[in-house]
Amino acid sequence: MSSKRVYSICAMCTGRCPIVVDVEGNEVEHIWGNPNLLGGYNLCPRGAAGKALLNDTERPKNPMIRDGERGSGKWRSASWDEALDYVADGLKKTIEKYGAKSVVLSDRGGAITEFEKTFIAAIGSPNYFNHHATCSNSIHNGHLSVAGLARNGVTYDYKNAKYLVSFGRNLLESLVTGEAKNVIDMIENGGKLIHIDVRWNYTAAKADRFFMINPGTDYALALALIHVIIKDSLYDADFVNRWTVGFEELANFVKPYTPEFAEKETGISAAEIVKLAHDVGNAKPSVIFHLGWMTAWYSNDFYLRRAICSLNALLGAYEAKGGLIINKTPKDVGKPLKSLLAQVPKPTEPRFDGCGTKYPHLSGQWGLAQELAHVLLTDEPYPVRAYIVFRHDPLASLPDPDYIRSAFKKLDLLVSIDVNYSETGWFSDVILPEDTYLERTDHVIARNGPKPGYILRQAAVQRRFDTRPRSWIFKELANRLGVGQYFPYNSIEELIAWQLEGTGYRLEDFNEKGYIELVDKPIMWDRTNGLKFKTPSGKIEFFSKKLEDAGVPSFIPYEKPIELKPGRFRLVTSKCAIHTQGRTTLNNKLLNEYVNENHLYIHEDKASELGIKEGDLLEVENEGEKQYIKAKLTKYIHPEVVFMLHGFGDSVPLRTRSYGRGASDIRLQKGLAKVAIGGNCPYTECTVSVKKVK
Amino acid sequence: MGKYYIFQDQKRCIGCYACELHCKTKNNAPEGAKLCRIVPTGPQVVKGVPRMHFVFMPCFHCEKPWCVYACPTGAMTKRSKDGIVYVKSDLCVGCKNCITACPWGVPQWNSETGKVMKCDYCMDRIDQGLQPACVTGCTTGALKFITPSEASQIKREKFAKDISPLKKQ
Repeated sequence: MSSKRVYSICAMCTGRCPIVVDVEGNEVEHIWGNPNLLGGYNLCPRGAAGKALLNDTERPKNPMIRDGERGSGKWRSASWDEALDYVADGLKKTIEKYGAKSVVLSDRGGAITEFEKTFIAAIGSPNYFNHHATCSNSIHNGHLSVAGLARNGVTYDYKNAKYLVSFGRNLLESLVTGEAKNVIDMIENGGKLIHIDVRWNYTAAKADRFFMINPGTDYALALALIHVIIKDSLYDADFVNRWTVGFEELANFVKPYTPEFAEKETGISAAEIVKLAHDVGNAKPSVIFHLGWMTAWYSNDFYLRRAICSLNALLGAYEAKGGLIINKTPKDVGKPLKSLLAQVPKPTEPRFDGCGTKYPHLSGQWGLAQELAHVLLTDEPYPVRAYIVFRHDPLASLPDPDYIRSAFKKLDLLVSIDVNYSETGWFSDVILPEDTYLERTDHVIARNGPKPGYILRQAAVQRRFDTRPRSWIFKELANRLGVGQYFPYNSIEELIAWQLEGTGYRLEDFNEKGYIELVDKPIMWDRTNGLKFKTPSGKIEFFSKKLEDAGVPSFIPYEKPIELKPGRFRLVTSKCAIHTQGRTTLNNKLLNEYVNENHLYIHEDKASELGIKEGDLLEVENEGEKQYIKAKLTKYIHPEVVFMLHGFGDSVPLRTRSYGRGASDIRLQKGLAKVAIGGNCPYTECTVSVKKVK
Repeated sequence: MGKYYIFQDQKRCIGCYACELHCKTKNNAPEGAKLCRIVPTGPQVVKGVPRMHFVFMPCFHCEKPWCVYACPTGAMTKRSKDGIVYVKSDLCVGCKNCITACPWGVPQWNSETGKVMKCDYCMDRIDQGLQPACVTGCTTGALKFITPSEASQIKREKFAKDISPLKKQ
């Protein structure tokens, strides 16, 4: 039996599942899901494998300073004082010469982001951004424009849903423990899962119906569903009348998008489209059209996602049992946490990435990571010369990393702060190693949802190497730059006590269940008068004056996907349950044992035409970039598509288990580090040729 | 006699391998050793959708365990009180006879100790009133640690619901 149990938050992916860590002495015995929040000790394979991270020596063990050309792999160990001074001196020089705004900082996003956001604002730079350009920017900006809510501003009430429609959201492989479990509960309770994708996967395998859609035509399907729902009066008229603006405009806009039109585009029969519209119409409002997570697909993602939000609104699914429950925050129940960031004057200069200026409709909250390389190379709108990259790996996630890397050469200072070695870390000037999530305590975060509360990541064991927690690293940097007053604590315990001031709670209160619940029952706002949509009208905006004023139409016509040239395939990528984040999972000893290379899935008819057999080594090419990968043949992929797991082709030699294994998707995605209208990179517009290596 | 049984609810299993990872971390199984396994079979089209069937394979803890009879040193043991088949590690000489004998490939080679290790239903956890790690940690709660008769009851109830004319009201 373990000597103690520590409640915490997982960090193997950004799902941030609540966990409980069994500890014996200073060793982790086992990591489980927190039963008080998950209804059991359930935890996904990545979470279970967190144990292998702790004692892994293939992670940065002490501060490192570059001792050769960038990327040469020559490093020297440094003390924390030396490394922090090195970073601070570099930042000071940059600020002196180009101004504070020439320092930019990015992270992986999420809720535990106060330290770095506070730091970058404190030194006077408006330039915080995160990885979401390569992930959910289009749904984030889309949902904000329709409902005034962030991508994660709602909680899906899966357990009570009668219909769950997923446009390519691979819920059961790119999985978060509680979500996957709830979706399975829904299926067991008789709820129907409809999965729409260009390839079959394990989510499709559990679906009531699976539609293999023609690539890039999802928008036509969404518009046709809206068409039928309006034409056949399947929508929730009370909700639409009370809570939406622009219904007439929407109805007019979708008139041409008949099921017959959509059948030609999508390959899904008109009868099936009509049936689906009626099924969800009959099940309303207990319907979820999943908004999506990784939605960096196409140039028109913004409009696909707006259409999906609109489907939820038409069916009255917002704030309905079995629908999308608007998240409530501790502030909504009068118990806000104190925030470090709120103490810092907001920098007033325009952002480097054009959010709010060049792109007036895009939120600077998450920013545009793909703009950094262009800004570096052109010095427009102004020079950027220092970049702090924190638990984020743009060179492993942005399209066309060779291009990005070449732009990074223009930086005077590139700093990587991370638990893991990363592609970006390998190319940086300094690596500041962070404690793993099992070794550090972070600031308290709000648990937004139907039942708002607080939750905390707490150290389970003592640190193994000469690493430090983020709370300390950013405070030390702030001290060196003369803005230490914004980090008014001497220990994490002191900070937590300050955060909780006025709430009536203390640090010890997390020990009972691993979180603090602020209400007994879920808060459901009154659907007649109580809903809060943070749009200018306070309602769902099918038509958005704010967008139109920014020169962005509320609706755009459907356009056919970019034509596929003969001999080419559309490259599509996704995740599996073992690896959802290359940086944190690929080189993990336990996870690497399970999946240590990716394969190219290709339709068996196409393979046959190309003389490709199962297991053959293939050359996959785009614009001169060649990647090598083994073939897997399948019937269940769209013939235009080839598929590989994202994140492979690791080029960091210190990660010996994943180094050089498999093919890199992003290296093939040439020229796609660009800003689509939703703020996303259009990854899926990459096409490749495939041939067998003789 | 074998008292226990791990029931796998196919409807809930998503083939994520969490059971294997929880097993490996709990039992400190080195690379290559997998005390339980999920073997994906499929896809095969059923009712219009390609389906998977993930076969879960722990040790079956046989009534007449061939591995026990094959073991020359008495290391492979069947616990009399509940029928759990386990390895007394200090007696194992690493001869691998049990690996040869087991028809299902259950005994695993521990390359770090030079001995055999196998699924013992996480005996130490059971003795504390807990359940095997694979069952406890399963992402979707697809595994249930029950008795063979309870498993029979679950199947009968499911079958009865499926054939009942009253099932869809």
